[in-house]
Amino acid sequence: MKPGTKLKSAVCDTEVMVIRGGDGEVMCGGAAMSEQAPAEKAAIDPAFAEGTLIGKRYVDSGGVFELLCVKPGKGSLAIDGVSLQLKEAKPLPSSD
Amino acid sequence: MNIALILQMAADTDPQRIGLVCDKRHWSYGELLQAARGAAENIAESGCGHIALLDESSEAAPIALFGAALAGIPYVPLNYRLADADLAALLARIAPACVIGDVERARRLAPDGGHSFHSREAFVAAAEASSATASGEEREGEGIAAQIFTSGTTAAPKAALLRHSNLLGYILGTVEFASAAEDDCQLVCVPPYHIAGISALLSSFYSLRKIALLPAFDPDDWLQLVAAERVTNAFVVPTMLARIIERIDAGAPADLSSLRAIAYGGGRMPPELIERALDLFPETDFTNAYGLTETSSTIALLGPQEHRIAHTSNDPAVRARLGSVGRPLPTIELEIRDEDGKPLPAGESGEVYVRGEQVSGEYRGKSALDAEGWFPTRDAGWLDDEGYLFLAGRADDVIVRGGENISPGEIEEVLMTHPAIAEAVAVGVPSAEWGEAVAIAIVIRPGHETPDNAALRSLIKDRLRSSRVPEHIAVLDAMPYNEMGKLLRREVRAHFDRRS
Repeated sequence: MKPGTKLKSAVCDTEVMVIRGGDGEVMCGGAAMSEQAPAEKAAIDPAFAEGTLIGKRYVDSGGVFELLCVKPGKGSLAIDGVSLQLKEAKPLPSSD
Repeated sequence: MNIALILQMAADTDPQRIGLVCDKRHWSYGELLQAARGAAENIAESGCGHIALLDESSEAAPIALFGAALAGIPYVPLNYRLADADLAALLARIAPACVIGDVERARRLAPDGGHSFHSREAFVAAAEASSATASGEEREGEGIAAQIFTSGTTAAPKAALLRHSNLLGYILGTVEFASAAEDDCQLVCVPPYHIAGISALLSSFYSLRKIALLPAFDPDDWLQLVAAERVTNAFVVPTMLARIIERIDAGAPADLSSLRAIAYGGGRMPPELIERALDLFPETDFTNAYGLTETSSTIALLGPQEHRIAHTSNDPAVRARLGSVGRPLPTIELEIRDEDGKPLPAGESGEVYVRGEQVSGEYRGKSALDAEGWFPTRDAGWLDDEGYLFLAGRADDVIVRGGENISPGEIEEVLMTHPAIAEAVAVGVPSAEWGEAVAIAIVIRPGHETPDNAALRSLIKDRLRSSRVPEHIAVLDAMPYNEMGKLLRREVRAHFDRRS
């Protein structure tokens, strides 16, 4: 998966940009994400309904995937059914 | 990847929020995005290869930057202070371009390049006019967001290329999205052709921090804008800070009560100036940022707390850190290497190498990165035991006398201990006997006697080796700096060439 690829959720408004990607299916709200949003949204899986936040980065435990949320939504992100975690960033003083 | 994402996310999150104030006009993120989309449509239709800005800072800069990004064409901010011949050479290198700004001058200098010329007002008006019908589509192009001609303090300007991935890597790695408070306001006074002018736009938009744009730096205008817009953050180069403090000392009206943070960079900060600033503004957070055009701005920084600790410490090693550029960003790898490219331990001086997503190291036609992706900055420096980076001039400034490498910094430091010397610069000048010989230029502090040559030579001989003793000594009224506060060593060198 090429860095810069944008993926849309099949169940909510979430949209992510791939910062780093590998082998595996990127999912949101329990359904696979794709470059084209489906005409009709599918039902959200309650197990993946914590929501996404714009501007936050999400990573897998193996450090293979990193996704930037560019549009927020109700679903939460996973790779092959395994939930992604919010990447914590240490705030830096503004330098420009 | 496309840096237009930054403006897109800001506009999606809060389209009505004011992102930019310039010449009293307020621009919301929504309006800026619309204008950028309109500009992209016009740019794509024009068939030009570059979008050049030949102008002071205005709303045209972000509209051109993001418009070019959406159109998949490099944005090329040009230095309007260049002499006609130098500017004409750069315009020839980017033909055919849409040139925005000083139409009369651009047309006169480059009548035959196939360029199209647009005044600032015409460019912005056309962008707004096209915004309603613009598709907003992102075009990839070559993936180059900006092409910046380096200032060429040692040689002819090089066309440094910054890819969307470099600039986005920098922003995503250093700025938290929408982290600014509603009343945060950043004063931007660096010219648009400087990397800090671009990174200021990107960082502020991504954090949703309003920008108050000062088209051209003037210390009184700067003070006025801080008070009028209740500015909270500012970036200055050291010479600007010196001029601001001069005006405050002279009694110019100043209300800096809103100003929480000042970042500085772009040239060496004289220790007495930063000490004075810390005393004068004890509540203000100071951040020293070190970066290069080729690294998409900041790669190392000395933060506010580190300034305060160094400023008040009795430990000479800690105190000295006020003269460092701090530690590398968490997203940057940094090494000091010797001439053979071998990494050096702390305390040893060599060339600064960096690696990271934001590091481009790419020029039109070639890359300066090594096989492992490391960029040789050509800056000389060393790290202390805790990883603080101290810079010691450009690697190209090293004086090679009879096969011995001499860092100008060591000679300059000794000279600066003399109470009568305000500034000191050491350079290598051609010598039949040694290949290069040491020459020094000094500026005398007002009210002090000029020390005689013998006294200066023995000062250096007593503190350093005899090979460091200068053969040539010149007393100057002022050191030659460019407008960004960068010392022009080639001009100091030229001074000795003219004498011999």
